[in-house]
Amino acid sequence: MIRATLIQALQMALVLLLAPGLVGLVRAVKARLMRRRGPPVIQPYRALRRLLAKEAVIADNASWLFRTAPYLILALTWAAASVVPTFSTDLAFARLGDLIVITALLGAARFLLALAGLDIGTSFGGIGASREVFFASFAEPAMLMIVVTLAILAGSTELTSIAAFMLSPAAGLRVSAALALVSLVIVALAENGRIPVDNPATHLELTMVHEAMVLEYSARHLAMIELAAALQLLLMISVIACIFFPFGLGSGVLLGLAAWLAKLGAAGVLLGIFEVSIAKMRVFRVPELIGGALMLGLLGTLLLYVSRGL
Amino acid sequence: MGFSFDIAHLLAGLMVLTSLLLLYQDRIGALLNVLRLHGLVLALALAWQAHLQSASDLFLAATIALVVKALVIPGALERLVERLAIHRLIETVGGIGPTMLGGIALVALSLRVMLPITAAADAVSRQDIALALSVVLIGLLIMVTRRNAVGQVAGFLSLDNGIDLAAGGARGMPLVVELSVAVSVLIAFIVIGIFLFRIRERFDTVDLAALEEFRGERR
Amino acid sequence: MILSALLAGILILVVLGLAGAIDAVRAPGGAPRGAAGQGAWLYAAAASITGVSALLSLASLAAPPETLVLPLGLPWIGWHFRLDALSAFFLFVVDLGAASASVFAIGYGRARHGGHADEPGRVLPFYPVFLAGLGLVVLADDAFSFLFAWELMSLASWALVLVRHRDPESVRAGTVYLLMAVLSGFLLLLCFGLLAGPAGSYGFAAMRAAHPAAATVALALVLALLGTGAKAGLVPLHAWLPLAHPAAPSHVSALMSGVMTKVAVYAFLRIAFDLIGPPSAWSGLVVLAVGGLTAVLGVLYALMQHDLKRLLAYHTVENIGIIFIGIGLAMVFRAGGEGAAAALALTAALFHVFNHAVFKSLLFFGSGAVEAATGERDMECQGGLIHRMRTTSFCFLIGCAAISALPPLNGFVSEWLTFQAILLGPALPDWGPKLLIPADGALLALAAALAAACFVKAFGITFLGRPRSAAAAVAAETDRLALAPMLLLSGLCLFAGVFPGAVIDALAPVSRALVGATMPVQGLLPWHSPPGVPLGAIVPVAAARSSYDGLAILLLIGAVTTLAALGARRLASHALRRAPAWDCGFPDQSPATQYTAQSFAEPIRRTFGPLVFGVASTIRVPPPGSTAPARIEHVLHDRLWEIFYAPPAALVRRLADALNPLQFLTIRRYLAFVFAALVLLLLVLALTP
Repeated sequence: MIRATLIQALQMALVLLLAPGLVGLVRAVKARLMRRRGPPVIQPYRALRRLLAKEAVIADNASWLFRTAPYLILALTWAAASVVPTFSTDLAFARLGDLIVITALLGAARFLLALAGLDIGTSFGGIGASREVFFASFAEPAMLMIVVTLAILAGSTELTSIAAFMLSPAAGLRVSAALALVSLVIVALAENGRIPVDNPATHLELTMVHEAMVLEYSARHLAMIELAAALQLLLMISVIACIFFPFGLGSGVLLGLAAWLAKLGAAGVLLGIFEVSIAKMRVFRVPELIGGALMLGLLGTLLLYVSRGL
Repeated sequence: MGFSFDIAHLLAGLMVLTSLLLLYQDRIGALLNVLRLHGLVLALALAWQAHLQSASDLFLAATIALVVKALVIPGALERLVERLAIHRLIETVGGIGPTMLGGIALVALSLRVMLPITAAADAVSRQDIALALSVVLIGLLIMVTRRNAVGQVAGFLSLDNGIDLAAGGARGMPLVVELSVAVSVLIAFIVIGIFLFRIRERFDTVDLAALEEFRGERR
Repeated sequence: MILSALLAGILILVVLGLAGAIDAVRAPGGAPRGAAGQGAWLYAAAASITGVSALLSLASLAAPPETLVLPLGLPWIGWHFRLDALSAFFLFVVDLGAASASVFAIGYGRARHGGHADEPGRVLPFYPVFLAGLGLVVLADDAFSFLFAWELMSLASWALVLVRHRDPESVRAGTVYLLMAVLSGFLLLLCFGLLAGPAGSYGFAAMRAAHPAAATVALALVLALLGTGAKAGLVPLHAWLPLAHPAAPSHVSALMSGVMTKVAVYAFLRIAFDLIGPPSAWSGLVVLAVGGLTAVLGVLYALMQHDLKRLLAYHTVENIGIIFIGIGLAMVFRAGGEGAAAALALTAALFHVFNHAVFKSLLFFGSGAVEAATGERDMECQGGLIHRMRTTSFCFLIGCAAISALPPLNGFVSEWLTFQAILLGPALPDWGPKLLIPADGALLALAAALAAACFVKAFGITFLGRPRSAAAAVAAETDRLALAPMLLLSGLCLFAGVFPGAVIDALAPVSRALVGATMPVQGLLPWHSPPGVPLGAIVPVAAARSSYDGLAILLLIGAVTTLAALGARRLASHALRRAPAWDCGFPDQSPATQYTAQSFAEPIRRTFGPLVFGVASTIRVPPPGSTAPARIEHVLHDRLWEIFYAPPAALVRRLADALNPLQFLTIRRYLAFVFAALVLLLLVLALTP
C-alpha cells in the first residue's frame, strides 16, 4: 500500500515534469530534420516559467469560466495521467478508472476548453471550438472500438490488466492488435492536435484548431493550458506504450523507469519524423482519416472473432 | 492454435485490410500502390500456405502472384495511366464513409456465412476461405462504386486476388486451375487495357458516365 | 398502506385540477393578479403532494409488492393497483420530476410576470391532472386502468401543449401530438388484447400467469415497442416530440421530456419483462438496433437546432435511444442466460432513466429561466448570459456536463455502465448479438461525442460570448424559487455521479424482479463496501475487469485544481489586467461576428448532411457592383418525415376527399346506410358458425 502510494506520487510528479521535455524533444527533432538548429529541448520549460511570471491579460468580458477552465483542464488531464501505468503497474490510483474513464476525463477537458474558446465571443474562438468538437465526435467512436478489441482480447478495460495480458505469452501475434495500434495512433494524433489533423506550430491561420481556442489566453492561464496539452501528449504515448509495448512494466521500478524513458524518447523521435514527412490535411478530409481508424477498429473486432471463433 | 495459424491469420487479415484501403483510395497513383501491396500480401499468404501444406505447386502460384499481380499488372496499369494522361482523381459513387461501412458490413456478412458452414474444415482454411470471400465481395463493391474504368479494373484485380487466396487455402487445389485463373486474368487485363485505350481515343475520357451518355443511358 | 396513501395523493391532484378549473373560470384571461399570484397555491400543493409521494415510493423500493382493488371502472374488473419495485422506482422518478417542476413553476410564473406569461387558465386545470395521469400509469395493475391512465396523461399533456392556441405552430404541434398519442394508445390496446387472450382476462396478474403462443408473444412485443416507442420518441415515431415538448410552458416541457418519456419506458419494461415473460434474443436485437439508430439520429437532429427548447427535445430522443440500448442488451443477455450481464445492462438503463429525468428537467428549467429573462427561445438571440444569470448558468453548465457524459457527474456513470454491458456482448455465442452489439457500442460512442458537441453549442452560444440582442444584454437573474429546484437537481447530478454505488444498490430490487439477478453489491457506506473496494467506487463485473471511482476522481480534481490555482498565484504572478479581446489583433466590435449556433454545427452538418438530412444549399451572390449581401441558405429535409409520415398523410387526405360527398346526402340515404350496416352485421353473425 505504501509502496503503491509512493510510486503513484513519483509517477504524478514525473509525468508533469517530463511532459514539456517531450514537447521540446519533438520540436528539436523536427527542427533538425528541417536542417534548422531549433530551440533546445528545455525551451518549453523556459517558456512555462516566463509565462508564469507574467501579468495575465484577459478580455473585458471574460467570465469566471474562462478563468477557472485552465486549472480544471490541467487537473482533468493530470487525473487521467495518474491512472496510466507508465513505469510500474503497482499504482495506488489504478482502480480509479479504466480506459473509458481516461478517455472521458480527456473529453471533459476538451469540453471545458471548447467552452473557454466560446467565452469571449470572437470568431477565432468559435472556429476552434467548433472544429475541436467536430474531430472529437469521430475520434471517440474509434476509441471505443479499440476498447472493444482490447476487451475481447484481454478480457478487461483496465490498463494494468491489459498490460499484464500483453506481457503474457497468451497475447501472441495478432493482426487485430496491430489494427488497434494503428487506430489508436490515429486517434492519439487527432486528440493531441498533431499533424495531419492540426498543426501545433501554426498561428494566424484559419487552419488552426487548438491554437484558435486558446488565442485569448495569456500568462499563467496559458501556462496551465500548454502544460495540459504537453501532459496529454505524454499520456497518449504512455497509453500506447502500456498497451502495445509493455516491456519493462512488470519488472521492477528502475528497469521500468528506464524502459519508459526509452519508449518516450523513441516515440518523440518517431513523432517528429512523422510530422515532417507529411502535410496537414484539409479539415473536411479529417473525418475520413479518423473514420478510417474507426473502420480499423471494427475490422479488428471482426478478425478477432475469426481467430477466437475457430 | 499456435504460431502458424497466427501468421496465416495475419496475412489473410492484411488482405482484407488492403482491400478496404483500395476501397478508401480515390487517387489513381495511391490506388495502384495499394493494389501492388495487395498482390504482395497475396503472394506472402500463398507462400505461407505452401510452407504449411508443403506443397511445391503453391510456391509456384505464390511466385506467379508476386510477379504478375504485384509487379507486372500494376506497373502496366501505371504506364497506361501515364500514357493516357488520365485524371488523377477517381470519382466515387456515394461518400467514402458509407462505402467503408458497407465494406465492413460485407466482411461481417461473409464471416457470418462462411464460418458456420465450414465447421468441418481445419482452422487455417476456414479463416482463409471466410476472409477470401470478403475480399471478393469488397472487390465487387469497389467495381460498383467507381465511376472510373481504372478503379473498376483495380476492383476486378483485387477480386481475383481473393479467389486466389481461397484457392490457396483449400487443400488439393490443382495447379492447373491456379494457372488458368492467372492466365484468364491476364487476358481480361489485356482486353480491358485495349478497351480503355479505345475509349480514350474515342471519347477523350475514361469516365464511364460519358460512355453511358453516348449510349443514351444517362441516369 | 403506502399504496393507498399514494393513491390518495393522486386523488387530491385530480381535485386540485378541478379547483384550478374553477379558479380559472372565476378569473378568466389572467387579470392583473393573474400571472404571478394565481396558481402559486396550486403548484405549492402539487409540489408537497408529489414530494411526499416521492419519499414514500423511495421507501417502498425494497418492500414486497402491495396490491389494492378499487370497485371502480368496469363492473366486472374493478381497478387494480400494484406497487412493486419497478413501479416504486418509476414513481420516484415521476414524483421527483413533478415536485421540482411544481416548485419551479411558482418561480417561473413570478419571473414571467412581465409581458410574456401564458394564460394560467389554460395551464392550471390540466397540470395536476397530468401529474395524476403520470402517477396512475405507473401504479395500474390491469389493462383497463392502465389505458385509462395512459390516455388521461396524453390528453392532459395535449391540452398543455395547446397553451398558446393562437400560434399556428402550437396548433400543428398539438395535432401531430394528438394523432401520435391516439396511435400509441391504440397499439397498446391491441397489445393488451393479445396478451389477455380469448378469455379476456385484463388483469396484469392473469397476463403474467398466462403462457401465450410464440407468435402471439412476438406480435405483442412488436405492438408494445411501437406503442410505447411512439410515446417515448423512438425513431421513426419521434416526429411529434420535438414539436410538442417545446410548445408547452417550460415546467410542463420538463415533465413531458424528463418524465413522460420515462413512463413510456416503464410501460415497455412492464410489458416486455413482466407480462410477457422471458424475451427471445431476436426481440432484444430489434430493440438494440432501434435504440442505436434513435440515439445517433436524435443527437444529430438536436445539433441542427437553434431553438434551445427544441434542441433539448430532440436530445431527449437521443437519451431514449441510450435507454433502449440498455434494455435491448438486457433482453439479449437474458435470452442468452447471462443473468449477471442482463442485470448490468438493465441497471445501466434504469440508472440512465433516473439521470435523464434529473438533468433534462434541470436543462428545461434553465431554458425556461432564459426564456423568462430574454423573452426568446432562439439561441441566436442570446449570449453573454453567464454574467447576468450566474446561478442559472452554473446549474445549466452542470446539466450540460452531466448530459454530455462527463465524469464525475451522473450521466457518465450510466453510459459507462452501458459500455461495460456492451463489452460483455462479444462473449455471447450467437453471431447476431456478436456483430450487432459492438456496432451499437460505436453508435453509442458517436452519440455521446455528438452530445458533448451539442451541449458545448447549447451552453456556449446561449450563455457565453457577447449578447446578440438587446434583451440578452439586460437580462436579469430569474426568481429564487425557480433557482431552488435547479440547484437541487444539480446536486443530484453530482451525488449520483460521485456515489453511483448507492444508486446501483437501490436499483437492485428492480433488477431482481425483472431479470432475476442483480449487479454485485457496491455499497455506499464504508461498512457496506465489499473488502478492497474503496468508498465511491463501483465494480460492475470484476475488479480486474473494470472499475470507476467517482468520489476519488472528484477529490483528485478538486485538490489538483485548488493546488494549481493557489500555486500559480502564490509562487508566480497573480497580476491580472482586463483589456479588449485580442482576437489576433483584429477584434470586431459587432456581436454579429461571433460564431452562431448554426455556424458552430456547420462541420457536422456538412459531414452528415448528405446522409441524414438531405441538405439543399443555395448560395446567392449578388451581381458585380452590387452592394447587397451574399446569402447562403440551407434547407434541411426530415427524411424520416418524408418516408414515414408524408405518404400516410397524403393517403388520408385522398380518402377524405373521396368520402367528402357522403356529407351531403339526404336523411333517407343516411338511414339506408345505417339499415344496410345493420343487416350486414346480422348476416355476418348468421353466416359465422
